[in-house]
Amino acid sequence: MDTLLQVLLNGILNGMLYALVALGLCLIWGVMDVINFAHGEYVMVAMYVSYWLGFLANVDPLISTLAGGALIFILGALTYKLIIHYTVGKPPLSALLATFGLAMLLKNLCLNRFTPNFRILSDTWLGDRTFQLGGLIVPLPQLVTAVLALLVIGLVFYMIRSTRFGWAVQATAMDREAAELMGINTERIYILIFGIGGATVGIAGGIMPTSLAVHPEVGTMFGLIAFICVAMGGFGSIPGTLMAAILVGVVEALSGYYIAPVFKYVAVFGLYLAVVFLRPKGIFGW
Amino acid sequence: MNALKRKDLFRLALVAAAALIPAVPAVAGNTFFMHVLILILLYACMSQAWNIIGGYGGQVSFGHSVFFGIGAYGAGMAVVTYGMSPWPGVIAGMVAAAVVAVLISYPCFKVLSGHYFAIATFAIVEIFNRMFLVWYWVGGALGLDYPVIEEGLKNMMWYDTKTGYYYCALGLFVLVFGIVRFLEGHRFGYYLRAVRAGQETAESLGVNSTIVKLAAMALSAALAALCGSFFVQYNLRVDPAMVMSLDMSIKFVLVTILGGAGTLAGPLLGAAVLIPLQEYTRALWGGLGGGVDLIVFGLLIIIIVIKQPAGITGIARDIAKLAGRRPAEAKGGASRGTA
Repeated sequence: MDTLLQVLLNGILNGMLYALVALGLCLIWGVMDVINFAHGEYVMVAMYVSYWLGFLANVDPLISTLAGGALIFILGALTYKLIIHYTVGKPPLSALLATFGLAMLLKNLCLNRFTPNFRILSDTWLGDRTFQLGGLIVPLPQLVTAVLALLVIGLVFYMIRSTRFGWAVQATAMDREAAELMGINTERIYILIFGIGGATVGIAGGIMPTSLAVHPEVGTMFGLIAFICVAMGGFGSIPGTLMAAILVGVVEALSGYYIAPVFKYVAVFGLYLAVVFLRPKGIFGW
Repeated sequence: MNALKRKDLFRLALVAAAALIPAVPAVAGNTFFMHVLILILLYACMSQAWNIIGGYGGQVSFGHSVFFGIGAYGAGMAVVTYGMSPWPGVIAGMVAAAVVAVLISYPCFKVLSGHYFAIATFAIVEIFNRMFLVWYWVGGALGLDYPVIEEGLKNMMWYDTKTGYYYCALGLFVLVFGIVRFLEGHRFGYYLRAVRAGQETAESLGVNSTIVKLAAMALSAALAALCGSFFVQYNLRVDPAMVMSLDMSIKFVLVTILGGAGTLAGPLLGAAVLIPLQEYTRALWGGLGGGVDLIVFGLLIIIIVIKQPAGITGIARDIAKLAGRRPAEAKGGASRGTA
C-alpha cells in the first residue's frame, strides 16, 4: 500500500513538471495553431544555462531558473521573429519543419560546444534532500519544482483569463483579423506569446539540474511528452494540459514500477492513443 | 495545350535521363559519389511512398519510419535469423507493414485530423521503437548484424563495388515512381486527390473516403517497407534507433515537402537537393567531432522552409512563370492550402 502511494506521489510530482514544460507549448499551440518542434530543445538550453551558472558562478538552480526563463523568453521571441513569422499563413507543416531544423541546430550546437557528456550539478541547496511524511518519502527537489510549476501555471492562467493582455490574446486566438480590426496589435501578441511560452519552459528547464543530469539529448523526450500532454488536454486548454500532464506522470510511474522501466513510454503513448480515440479533441477539448 | 507540352517535355527529360543514368557506374569511379546517388534514389523512393498518402492524400503521417522499420526487419531477419535470401523477408515485410498500417490507420482516420493525427503518429513511432528495443525475437536493442554471405542479386548484397546497389536502387526507383505515375492517371488517384481537397464533397459524390485513404495508406506503407528492406541490405545492419525513430519519420516528410508534396517530381527533386547537402556536409564537417554538419543542415532546413514553402517544384514553377509560360498546374500539393 505504501509502495503504491509512494509511486503515485512520485508520478504526480513528475506530472507537475511535465505540465510546466507543456504549458508553453499549450499557449503557442492554442493561440497560433503552430507546433513548435524545438520546444524540448528550449528545455535543454535552459538546463545548460542553469548548469553553467551553477558550475562556474555557484548560483543555485533555484535562482538561475529565472535566468533560464529570461533567456528562453528571448529565444522564443527570436524564434517567432526570425522563423515562425515567415511561416504564418503558409501551410501548417512549414512551421513544424522549420522548427525541426531549429531543434536540430540547437541540439547539435550544444553537442558541439558542451560534448555529449552527462553533466550533474552537485551541492545544490535542495540536493538529494528528502523528508518523511507518514510512511512516504517526499523528495524535496521534486516537491519544490511541483510547487513552482503550480505557481507559474496559475499565474499564466490568471493572466490569460483576467487581464486586458489575456483578453487580447484570446481574441487573437479566435480570429486574428477581427482582433486586428479591434485595434489589437496581433504581431506583438504573437511575439509575446512565443516569449512567455519560452519563459515558462525556461523556468522548468532552469530548475531541472537540481535533480537531473544535463546532456544534449535531454530535451527530446520532454518535448514529446509535452506534445502528448497538450494534445491530450485539448486544444490550448491550460487546465486540460495540467490534468493530462499529471495523468501522464502517474501512468509513467505506475507502469515503470509495476511493469518495467522500458515500458513506461509505451504506456504513456498508449494512454494518449486511447484517450484521443475516445475523445478525439482531448479531455477538455471540443 | 500547355499541359500537354509540359508533359511531353517531362517525358523527354525522363527518357534522356533513363538513357544516361544506367551508364553512371561506368564513368563514376568515386565511390562516395555513388553512395550519394544511391541515397538520393532511396530517399526519393521513400518520399514518393510517403507522398501517396501524405501528398496526394493530404494525410500527414509521421509514422512512416514504423513501416520502413518493419521492411528493414523483414529482410534483416530473413538473412540473420533464418539464414535465407532476403527476398521472402522483403515480401513478408511489405505485407506486414501494409497490415499494420491498416490496423493503425483505421481508428486514426476515423476520429483524428490535423495536428491530432500527426501527434498520434508520433506516439505510434515511439511505441514501436520501445517494443522493438525489448523484443528478443527481432534482436532487441543490439539489433541484427549481417553475416558475410555470397554476394549477388539473390542475397541483394555486394561488397567490393556499389554498382549492384546502384542498379537495385534504380530498379526500386522505376518501380515506385512507375506505380505513382500510374496512380496519377488512374481513377484511384483522382479519388485520393478529391478526398484531400474536400472529404465531405468527395463522399457526397460517392467516393468512399475511408476505403480510399486506407488503400492509399496500405500501398504507401508497403512501398516504405520495400525501401526499408533496401536500406538494411545496403547498411548490412539494423537496430531500432536506426530505422524506427522520429528523425527517420521526419526525413520522409521533409524531403517530400521540400521537393513539393503531391507532385510526381517533388520527392526526386527534394532528395536531389537535400541528400547531397546532408551527405556532403557530413563528409566535410562530420569528422570535426560532433554536430557541425547537423548544425549546418538544420540551418539549411530552416532557410529552405522559410524561403520556399511550396518546395523546389515551387521554384521551378516560379522560373516557368518568369519565362512567360503559365504554369499548367495552378494548384500544387497538399502542403499549400488552396483556401
